[in-house]
Amino acid sequence: MLPALLKRFGLNQLWPTAGFPGGVHPVEHKITADSPIIELPLPPQLILPLKQHIGEICAPLVEVGEHVLRGQKIAKSQGYVSASVHAPTSGTVVAIQDHAIPHPSGMGRPCMMIEPDGKDTFDESRPPISDYRNADPAEIRERIRMSGIVGLGGAVFPTFIKMLRDQRNPVQMVILNGAECEPYLTCDHRVMLEHAADVLRGMDVIMHAVNAKNGVIAIEDNKPDAIAVMRGAIEAAGMKDVEVRSLPTRYPQGGEKQLIQTLTGKQVPEGRLPLHIGVLCQNVGTALAIHDAVCLGMPLIQRVVTVSGDAIPNPANVRVRIGTPIPFVLAQCGLQDLSGVRLIHGGPMMGERLPRTNVPLVKSTNGILAMKREALYSEQAVEEPCIRCGHCVEVCPVGLVPNELAWHCRNDQFDRGQEYNLFDCIECGCCSYVCPSHIPLVHYFRYAKGQVAKIEKERVFAEQSKVRSEARDNRLAREQAERAARRSKVRKQHAPAADGVKKTAADTKKAATTTSKTEDDKA
Amino acid sequence: MSLLISSPHAHGGDSIRANMLAVILALLPAAGVATYLFGWLAVFLILLCMLGCMAAEWGCLKLMKRPLSRVGDGSAALTGLLLALTLPAAIPWWMALVGCVAAIVLAKQVYGGLGHNPFNPALAARVVLLISFPLNMTSWLVPMHAPMLAALPPVDLYNFGDCWSLFWFGPEALGKGLDAITMASPLGHVKTEWSRGIGAIEALRNYDYSYLDAFLGREAGSLGETSVLALLIGGIYLLARHTITWHIPLSFIVTVYVLAAVFNAVNPEHFAPPLFHILAGGLMLGAFFMATDPVSSPVTPRGQLIFGIGCGILTWSIRTFGGYPEGVMFSILLMNCAVPLIDHYFRPRVYGK
Repeated sequence: MLPALLKRFGLNQLWPTAGFPGGVHPVEHKITADSPIIELPLPPQLILPLKQHIGEICAPLVEVGEHVLRGQKIAKSQGYVSASVHAPTSGTVVAIQDHAIPHPSGMGRPCMMIEPDGKDTFDESRPPISDYRNADPAEIRERIRMSGIVGLGGAVFPTFIKMLRDQRNPVQMVILNGAECEPYLTCDHRVMLEHAADVLRGMDVIMHAVNAKNGVIAIEDNKPDAIAVMRGAIEAAGMKDVEVRSLPTRYPQGGEKQLIQTLTGKQVPEGRLPLHIGVLCQNVGTALAIHDAVCLGMPLIQRVVTVSGDAIPNPANVRVRIGTPIPFVLAQCGLQDLSGVRLIHGGPMMGERLPRTNVPLVKSTNGILAMKREALYSEQAVEEPCIRCGHCVEVCPVGLVPNELAWHCRNDQFDRGQEYNLFDCIECGCCSYVCPSHIPLVHYFRYAKGQVAKIEKERVFAEQSKVRSEARDNRLAREQAERAARRSKVRKQHAPAADGVKKTAADTKKAATTTSKTEDDKA
Repeated sequence: MSLLISSPHAHGGDSIRANMLAVILALLPAAGVATYLFGWLAVFLILLCMLGCMAAEWGCLKLMKRPLSRVGDGSAALTGLLLALTLPAAIPWWMALVGCVAAIVLAKQVYGGLGHNPFNPALAARVVLLISFPLNMTSWLVPMHAPMLAALPPVDLYNFGDCWSLFWFGPEALGKGLDAITMASPLGHVKTEWSRGIGAIEALRNYDYSYLDAFLGREAGSLGETSVLALLIGGIYLLARHTITWHIPLSFIVTVYVLAAVFNAVNPEHFAPPLFHILAGGLMLGAFFMATDPVSSPVTPRGQLIFGIGCGILTWSIRTFGGYPEGVMFSILLMNCAVPLIDHYFRPRVYGK
């Protein structure tokens, strides 16, 4: 009673509170929280983008017409920050060409099309590492790298990179992120309820791979059933070093940096990784994928996705093969006619609008929302002048002054924007969510970040061109000097005779022109 | 660069209009007390100021070719209401209208309209009026319920006809001089007595001052400043609704209290007691409704604390050492000037830095 009253009046902020500052409480809409995960059938065709992660695009390993097995690697990671792509089922590669991917631009990217043969034959070439506790941590990390596992919370950063061992910064604590603070999404919630033991084993694999002592499973207190189930699973497994922590429900509690602040009270220093303060944070879904890769030998070829929104007749949590076309997934949930339906890839706070419907589901897809009746705020917002109410400052979990920052970004004052810490913005959307003037603040920040990147690219390009052009000028000058030097050398060798002849010829010519000129004048 | 694709796709539902209406709602108790004290005059003055400000806003938007729908966002109506609540009830109607035009045109629209005014429009207009018409702006109409007066009030303010004549044609229409129907406010009384070498305690005693009357609002003063109770109800509503935060009102009031308490402890005969300062004049109206004006106050919590403390120091100093009996208005306007500086130096700490 009293804490609630203090909170109502903001008096709980009189003293430092636990956790990150700011945050908002959007309406949860977790209508699929009680829907068990449904296995979806195979679609007639799978579309696999060759880049589903942060980093370099993959290179295809198979050719059109080739037969592939479920779990077979079909595209190889290029460079360090990259993750391979595997065939989600057995079938035939029918094309490798550009196709629309889930991106707000609606642009095409290289994809591989696979037609399933319906047999779903598994590629047995990677046996499970069943006794992972006695396996070499390096081998486990290599298996995770080979399995194309990326962060499934939405950031899709290659997981093995986060797990690299650093002697100077040993990992003290592994955090399993089950906060799931986005409205509508319930996939992590269901994974924890239905695969608690596997998730826990996945976490154990991570802890062994990085040699961590402690583990924390972080769950928001709006999922008491998940908290109970995970506690039960820990007890059943007898893992004494792992505990479940119930967190206050507040968006963006599931943001990696915010979660770390809530759990450890520490902030990740600017420009460093969580590793530098001895923390490794992984999503619940990622832990399940790691379990599948290490204990079952199955690479990342499927994931759990929440299909929700007011346009969906049967909202559900579904287990889908990666590469399944989104219209197929929606049709399985009862939505056939996509006219007038707005699709969001992800949650309503950080998800992206899909301008085209015919896109595949990818590794980063944690939710597909289809909206029909409920108007999307981003569509109808009419921007009014900022009244400097300061609500955006209050809710910013990073400590920015969004109204000032937006002012600079909107007016293309990007240097001032960077002074106001533009690049510390995590684009959580809290500021836009509370703004009474409906200012699309996050939109301005994205715009400014893009412009700064573009300007930087142009600057580097201009600098390179300058260096190239200078080098060319130098080369030309040098060559000319060399030629001149060579010529004078030759001249000196054949000295007086040739020189004399040339001179006389020139003199005759000169004399001739002078005469003709005088004649013209006379006339 | 289409707006259609950018997250977030959800919104909390807050709007400028809702905020403005909430503040207007929060001021209704104070307006009610004003009507209780000053009868029909309060009603006339509040309606005139609200309509006047909205008309001025409409004219400006029309001239500047801006969307006229912005008249409906409630900000002009709120400015009018706030202005009316800071005026003495006996002010001639045309002076109030001058105030409306000053508030909207001079203090708001010339700076670029809503969101761009460096000063609180209602207070800026009040300064214009105070400097232009010092006599009318410091003559406080005798209210209907003033326990310190043995006699009945000189004008029956619940009589519609009398009020109508008084409002449009002045006290002369009732055959009375301005002096005959007005009296000093507690703050003004203390100031005058000081100038005659009488200490605050003695001054309050011969004014027949009581804390309870000041709390409930049974005293002379501007329309909406008298009742601390009514203003507190509105202020708490705004805090609970999260339209304002506690930072400015709390730091403002506590600063005035602490300063007054310290000086009162040093010389209780000369300096007025802290509770008197808290209950007197426009402190509550200023702290909850004027200093918290979002446009002209700092955006960061720490900045708001600094702002409130600054307002408190200036208010007490002006009341005690200045030429005017009341300092709330000047203190807020002076601190308004400092807002860009405060916003620049008191930014929150950025994560990981």
